[in-house]
Amino acid sequence: MAETVLSSGEKIFILHGIDADFRNDGRRRCEYRSMEIETKLMPQTHGSARLHIGNTDILVGIKVELDIPHADKPNEGKLEFFVDCSATATPAFEGKGGDDLATEISNVLIAAYQTRNAFDLKTLCILPHKKCWKIYVDVLILQCGGNLFDAVGIAVKAALNSTEIPKITAATLDGGEPDIELSDDCIQLDTSNYPIIITLCKIGDNYIVDPTLEEEVCSTSSIVMSVLPNGKISSVVKLGCGSIQFNTFTKMLQMGEIIGLKLNKTLMDVLKEENQFGRQRRIFGFLK
Amino acid sequence: MIEVENIEDQNGLRPDGRRALELRQIRVKMGVFGQADGSAYIEQGNTKILVTVYGPHQPRGSTGRSTSNITKGIVNCQYSMAVFSLSSGERKRKPRGDRKSQERSLQLKHAMEAIIHLEIYPRSQIDIYVEALQVDGSEYCASVNAATLALIDAGIPIKNYAIGCTVTLINNPSLEDEDNALGKGVLDANYVEECTPGVTLSVVALPNNDSTSKDGLIVVAQGAGQRLHLSQFESLKARVLYGCQDIRTILDYAVREYLTEQSLPSLFHVALN
Repeated sequence: MAETVLSSGEKIFILHGIDADFRNDGRRRCEYRSMEIETKLMPQTHGSARLHIGNTDILVGIKVELDIPHADKPNEGKLEFFVDCSATATPAFEGKGGDDLATEISNVLIAAYQTRNAFDLKTLCILPHKKCWKIYVDVLILQCGGNLFDAVGIAVKAALNSTEIPKITAATLDGGEPDIELSDDCIQLDTSNYPIIITLCKIGDNYIVDPTLEEEVCSTSSIVMSVLPNGKISSVVKLGCGSIQFNTFTKMLQMGEIIGLKLNKTLMDVLKEENQFGRQRRIFGFLK
Repeated sequence: MIEVENIEDQNGLRPDGRRALELRQIRVKMGVFGQADGSAYIEQGNTKILVTVYGPHQPRGSTGRSTSNITKGIVNCQYSMAVFSLSSGERKRKPRGDRKSQERSLQLKHAMEAIIHLEIYPRSQIDIYVEALQVDGSEYCASVNAATLALIDAGIPIKNYAIGCTVTLINNPSLEDEDNALGKGVLDANYVEECTPGVTLSVVALPNNDSTSKDGLIVVAQGAGQRLHLSQFESLKARVLYGCQDIRTILDYAVREYLTEQSLPSLFHVALN
């Protein structure tokens, strides 16, 4: 993501294209670029997914470990998000350069998954006060070509969908000490309620989804919202310096909800389709 | 701790079924990313490394100011490991900035400075970013190989391939006989073999162009593990250079194939005219 600099002429060209509902790459305002997704490609993790959309490249790895619940939430497990903006995306991310963006993205993820309607942390509890699962969701941003939030949201959901947690055969308290037996079988997480993230980017009088880098430069404000599969919105964040009228804001939320429902359904269908190939599926990773 | 019994050789075979001088399968892809000036991805067995190269460009920030040498280009390397890259349930706390990564960055820089024609890039900087996606032994050597490929993809002139390869002397107390093939060191160790009590030498060499002589210049050599007796060093060196030569042949083939693929449309174009 070398810094994109556009002249005012170029910006006006993009703006007029959006006004005419015909963007530079031929898409309409509410159309996504085509995505490529592959799950379970890292055998040393519990779950993983790679998402490629335009020039954006995201890799998510999930690791699960046993932990002790928080003292104030003894019945709940833990879910932690960590985002790493790799310097492979742009030299500006070298060292600590990507930390600001990383924190921003992980905050959106935390907000999206925080509600109980989305992710019930109680399902991760094994023995109250003693043992629970801790899920680390680690997002690695390898390349950014616009629309990072949506891409991360989809990749995280796909990775969680592929996550396999060891089954617990026995969990007993042995003289106050937890005694847990793990089986070789695995269970999958129930991803039916997990949110995805939709970014609506306001350019001129209109708003678009899935902006490219050039389109992002033209926008002064955008709304990042997380939509649950039942149509509920679990979080809304406004980014950028511009302001949004209340009426426009409501319209954008409605629009985001419709797109979110569609995207969610498509994603789940695709993941189901991929799952049907079973364990014999060839893994491409980055070799394709 | 890995049990020593598992490493015991069975008819000269290693735990994963390889012979002493056998490498893991190497799979290569150049030009993975569109935005970077050069990029390469390499798989050596389960070790997966991604490298991107940016530059040559104007020096940025502190690296540009602090340097007193303006007659040569600057090489800037960053070695980073994905937090989920480690094997077996472990998770890394920080992707970069720890002592190990910093040491790796520095060694990578030395290796790359040895092959790039820096004198033709005064007042410029070349960035090499390594991202280890999955780690299963010999990751430093794999990242040197990937970085070489990424440099080639970026079109930066290099003198020779810098090839990394490890040789591990599995110091097994039950193996007394010196004639044993594994006793003299195994090439391209995986994680289990690296953990054995013994010594692992990571070597970066510039193998000779002429593939008949298994010889070359050693640029970086780093030992880890126990002490190594000097009498064994020569045989290890011979072995590791043999391995470097093999890897070079594989990478050279991959590069040529990639370049042919890339140049095909333009060749057609010439033929049509």
